[in-house]
Amino acid sequence: MAVLTFPGGIHPPEMKELSQSAPLERMPLPKMVYCFVHQNLGAPPKILCEPGDTVKTGQIIAEPSGKVSVPLHAPVTGTVKEIIKMMHPAQKKKLDVIVIERTAKDEWQLMPSMDFTTAGREELYQRVLDAGIVGLGGAAFPTHVKYTSTLVKPADLVIINGAECEPYLTIDHRFMLEKGEEVLNGLQILMKLAGAKKGIIGIETNKPDAIENMRKMASHDDHIDVVGVKTKYPQGAEKQLIYTTTRRKVPVGGLPIDIGVVMNNVGTAVATSQAVTKGIPLVERGVTITGEGINNPKNVLVRIGTPVSELIQYAGGYKGEPEKVVAGGPMTGPALSSTETPVMKSTSGILVLPKPEKQPRPAKPCINCNQCVEVCPMALEPNFLVKLCEAKKYDEAVEMNLFSCIECGACAYICPARIDHVKTYQLAKRVYSTLKGRK
Amino acid sequence: MAQIFPSASAPHIRTSDSISKIMLDVLIALVPAVIVSVFVFGWSALVLCLMGVIVAEALELFIMKVLRKKKDFIPDGSAAVTGLLLAMNLPAGFPWYLFIIGILVAIGLGKHVYGGLGSNPFNPALVGRVFLVISFPAAMSNYYKPGIWKTLESLSTAASPVVTGATPMGLLKESGLQSALQNHTYMDMFLGNIGGALGEVSALALIIGFVYLLVRKHVSWHIPVAYIGTVLIISSVFYLINPDQYGTPLYHLLGGGLMLGALFMATDMVTSPSTVKGSLIYGMGCGIITMLIRIVGALPEGVAFSILIMNAVKPLIDRWTRRRPFGALKKEAK
Repeated sequence: MAVLTFPGGIHPPEMKELSQSAPLERMPLPKMVYCFVHQNLGAPPKILCEPGDTVKTGQIIAEPSGKVSVPLHAPVTGTVKEIIKMMHPAQKKKLDVIVIERTAKDEWQLMPSMDFTTAGREELYQRVLDAGIVGLGGAAFPTHVKYTSTLVKPADLVIINGAECEPYLTIDHRFMLEKGEEVLNGLQILMKLAGAKKGIIGIETNKPDAIENMRKMASHDDHIDVVGVKTKYPQGAEKQLIYTTTRRKVPVGGLPIDIGVVMNNVGTAVATSQAVTKGIPLVERGVTITGEGINNPKNVLVRIGTPVSELIQYAGGYKGEPEKVVAGGPMTGPALSSTETPVMKSTSGILVLPKPEKQPRPAKPCINCNQCVEVCPMALEPNFLVKLCEAKKYDEAVEMNLFSCIECGACAYICPARIDHVKTYQLAKRVYSTLKGRK
Repeated sequence: MAQIFPSASAPHIRTSDSISKIMLDVLIALVPAVIVSVFVFGWSALVLCLMGVIVAEALELFIMKVLRKKKDFIPDGSAAVTGLLLAMNLPAGFPWYLFIIGILVAIGLGKHVYGGLGSNPFNPALVGRVFLVISFPAAMSNYYKPGIWKTLESLSTAASPVVTGATPMGLLKESGLQSALQNHTYMDMFLGNIGGALGEVSALALIIGFVYLLVRKHVSWHIPVAYIGTVLIISSVFYLINPDQYGTPLYHLLGGGLMLGALFMATDMVTSPSTVKGSLIYGMGCGIITMLIRIVGALPEGVAFSILIMNAVKPLIDRWTRRRPFGALKKEAK
């Protein structure tokens, strides 16, 4: 049988070999942590602390404001120094950062641990919210929101996304190898929360050891399938992996839950497991430090708020002169303007790319070669869409399903004319939304 | 040790493919046809081909740097493709000064008045060809008599014998299939030992070149298959009506510019539709118009006009064949 997959997509160099065999290491606690208040998609939480306050590890320092919002917890034990503004890599503007100076070893403020088999679904829901858990694959969408409607109408399926289709990144791979039990436990908790009878873990076949390990872990649970999926970008995009593993299509403008599915990332499952069974809020995450521009690529567990410069130092510093440092994978991750930027809940990797041997060619006009049409996983026509957006014909672009675009970057990757599709779409979406007054 | 970087947007990795690489591959794909044309028509064929490439590139450089003031323009090879394709559309021994006029029209009026690369609605090489056909009909139909293998000796003696010979499609129109087939066999037509424009005589050379483009994934099979398939179906019907007047399907396939047109002209990326469905419609349209001209029209050949007409319809086809996005409901289809 052919390996399961979705239509479209690309095969960029995988580059996983740089870091895939580096075991997880816990980084030493930083002296100073810088916590962006706005770490989740949706509304930023409201700051609860002020300079001079002493905080314990795991203590809430900002409370959720609104339905799509999560609390933020102090990642270390120490004193709140100040609240400053820093350039937010995703929002592209200066936003509030709580600066905490670590003064002592960790003094934890934990939530009571729970037994998920006996806990009610509302209790689990509340715990996921209270622990500040967001999608750790990179989008940082508040996890509990995905389950809000399942409390009323249960889902039939929870999928754990272990595709890790972004080149370079290996943190989910390491989690599945070294924290397989927690991944499985997280899935079981999320299945209970969703009221789902079935669970799937989808893993690209370039990680055979992860597939094998997760199969072994899940062998005693008949409700959970571990599925190998074709190595192809963007296999780990939500709608694509759902289609690959279930042949169900999320309707245009709809959500996975519309077809009875909830999907979470491997890291999110681990965080959920820790929040429920141990009462630990989300203060630490896994990060792959990699790229040809770094000396010793690593997979680390790091406190949120640690400056990226410390991660780079921990991984042996730059190899040669860096061209850019990317937060996340090379296909979708934002390039950082400064290495003072801290690790956030959304930071799945720190990718250091060295200066290329020769400067890339400048962009050329589109020659309608159709490669973007062939690779678009959403079956859009990027060649037309980008021209409409450039001509500021936003209404027509929206009619051609601009908002179906998942910004995976496959079109821009494959484009022989080096057209910046994604940048153009992002701008067009923002302008259109602003003009129409919708979010 | 904080370090500041200039802003950059994702994705941060790109394919090494580029427009100039694509254009180079198209030029490479045309090499077999160029070689055959030298064998069939002598060295003057090669002179025309090289002249097309060089003059077209030089002209584009002049237009971009001087007239359009694009100081950072780097040649991408697209003009060379146009120049070579135009040369392939000419009879051997075509006067060089008329050829230069043709290149001026192709690159200037066919391409840059619309905004240059990627913005031209019509295939520039065909614009040049049709201009020459209409303006200089005598020079454009003054075909050399083919001399495959026989000219091997005369290759060294520089001059090819200037003996005019009609193209298979012209012979068919004038005197019917039976007498046309006294001049050449189907194997002659397949290999290229027939009269005609430089690039169109050898189906074999064109197929080899096209397979190269297919392997390099620069083209898809949809347009050529739809185009040639439509020609074969229509010519089969007319073959059953009157074989001597209308010719056989194989004759239509090999006798004129169909192979060059279907494999290299109709597949021009800029002027053909994006979607699979659109490509099939476009190819069928080319086939129908080609056969209309060949059978009903006054001209013996209709490939160039059919492709230009379908170029004009391309935006409409694009509109008809919009893709349905992933997850679109059937009833929402537009």
